[in-house]
Amino acid sequence: MADAASAVPVIGATDSAPPSRLREFWRAFAQNRGAVIGLVLVALLLALALGADFIAPHPPNEQFREFTLAPPAWDATGSTRFLLGTDPVGRDILSRLIHGTRLSLLIGTISVAISLTIGAILGLCAGYFRGIVDTSIMRLMDVMLALPSLLLAIAVVAILGPGLANAMYAIAVVLLPHYVRLTRAAVIAEAGREYVTSSRIAGAGTLRLMFGTILPNCAAPLIVQATLGFSNAILDAAALGFLGLGAQPPTPEWGSMLASALEFIQRAPWVVTFPGLAILITVLAFNLTGDGLRDALDPKLRSSRG
Amino acid sequence: MFGFLLRRVALIVPTFLGVTLLAFALIHLIPGDPVENLSGERGMDPARRERLLHEFGLDRSLPVQYLSYVGQVLRGDLGTSLTTHESVAQEFATLFPATVELAFFALVFAVAVGLPAGMLAAVKRNTVADYTVMGLSLTGYSMPIFWWALLLILFFSVYLGWTPVSGRIAVQYDVPATTGFMLVDTLRAGDMGAFRSALSHLILPTIALGTIPLAVIARMTRSSMLEVLREDYVRAARAKGLPRWRVIVVHALRNALIPVVTVVGLQVGLLLSGAILTETIFSWPGVGNWLVHGVQSRDYPVVQGGILLIAAIVITVNLIVDMLYGVINPRIRHG
Repeated sequence: MADAASAVPVIGATDSAPPSRLREFWRAFAQNRGAVIGLVLVALLLALALGADFIAPHPPNEQFREFTLAPPAWDATGSTRFLLGTDPVGRDILSRLIHGTRLSLLIGTISVAISLTIGAILGLCAGYFRGIVDTSIMRLMDVMLALPSLLLAIAVVAILGPGLANAMYAIAVVLLPHYVRLTRAAVIAEAGREYVTSSRIAGAGTLRLMFGTILPNCAAPLIVQATLGFSNAILDAAALGFLGLGAQPPTPEWGSMLASALEFIQRAPWVVTFPGLAILITVLAFNLTGDGLRDALDPKLRSSRG
Repeated sequence: MFGFLLRRVALIVPTFLGVTLLAFALIHLIPGDPVENLSGERGMDPARRERLLHEFGLDRSLPVQYLSYVGQVLRGDLGTSLTTHESVAQEFATLFPATVELAFFALVFAVAVGLPAGMLAAVKRNTVADYTVMGLSLTGYSMPIFWWALLLILFFSVYLGWTPVSGRIAVQYDVPATTGFMLVDTLRAGDMGAFRSALSHLILPTIALGTIPLAVIARMTRSSMLEVLREDYVRAARAKGLPRWRVIVVHALRNALIPVVTVVGLQVGLLLSGAILTETIFSWPGVGNWLVHGVQSRDYPVVQGGILLIAAIVITVNLIVDMLYGVINPRIRHG
């Protein structure tokens, strides 16, 4: 009903130019309130990550030895000097969390970028050339999908050795099959379209057809998957950090912060509560944004995640 | 029908071979060979090294080594653990029932709560109930389960003191392991105290592990149900004057269940991933905990064998789900 009412002035308006693609996208995206909240959260997290050095009240690794396990500010014995309290060696938790945002977003960006690039190229080859190329790439992806994601990540870390960089590579490997499958499916759907044929007749070479003509038209599902991939990457990196296979102390990575404070969970619950909350909020923000993007860019993709 | 089954079974052979190749490569990509690891800090004289390399078959060419590895796997020989010196296959077989027990209850919990919640959200679309279910399931979906498990322990075990913190059963009970499933074993032994203890140990890990599948199932049920509720046959059933619950449960739910069944089947990988974390936190003596210890103590035969076996299980379960799906839905069979 509201739609019909608001549509009237548009029809009657003198300005008859179609809305720009960005405007159209934003209208679809903004209809989803959760998605807008998610996007605002992502923007805030990004600001925290970029400005960590200025926003954080203390350096992340500075130890205030006389204030170990200080409670949060709202506790009777807490002080406003350490808003979220301190950890077992007296480091300010809030500052470590803020610097951890930078790490988590970096892990997400790098692992998704590696995975998306390789995945799109492999998927493009599989979908464009078909035949033996397709079969061998997709069989390899089947093997990777046969392993539960965390197990595959652990296997890669077992080969490369624990550490933050290796955890990112491991996560990139885990995410890879999804991008390959998505790109391949989109390429197969697009390759038979008329614009591709006409481009070929016009004399476009194979590389130009693959990357210039077909790939841009497969972007929508990849953008959605990349956003959702961020949340998987952050969750898996935190899980690896928690198991001691990801970022190593004293790096302020959320998962390893949580793991290093486990023995104090009863005496000082805040050292465990806040890093987990940070992970949850960040993952939630990316999931909300990803869901909104999916609905706005490609309604066909609804609930394609497994 | 038979042809369909045969094709699906034939398709897993290359996947399984690929997994053996991956497991084989794992050992060869790790820096240092087993002999080097044996020699330790002091090193080893070259003659002894040669002899050991020959003994382990490491002086043969890689393809020959791979073929002999596949041969060993087919005979059920997955090597021996470097830390316990037990057979890897044997250790896996002893620990696996604990993981199955946990994963089974987690899945039952996820379906028992997720399915009605998803139905409720679909039927009461755009109401407070719908928003609550969807909000909670999105939160559950985004939950770092190692943290969620800790919160559950903090609240129910530490603060309320209702449930035990970790393990499978209280130490005072000594139940003979006949099936490996603690609940079955305690019942067979007729020890109700032990049964209650085992049950109370199971509650928190079940909730922790079941939360993400629950969220996935609730979301899937809702969207599948919404689609079905728009169908003509649902409108026809309503027009016929059937009671509302009958239309929802009999006409809509049965058809909405088809995609949900697939999603439930696909949760196996997710459950095993989650089991690695859940078992670590609750000190649950299953294969996830065992694998993490294997990686941390660089016990490579355990890592290699565990990865191979878990992948084999996931492949098999996916095959069974696929076949069941083909039986339920004839359109797939002939596709």
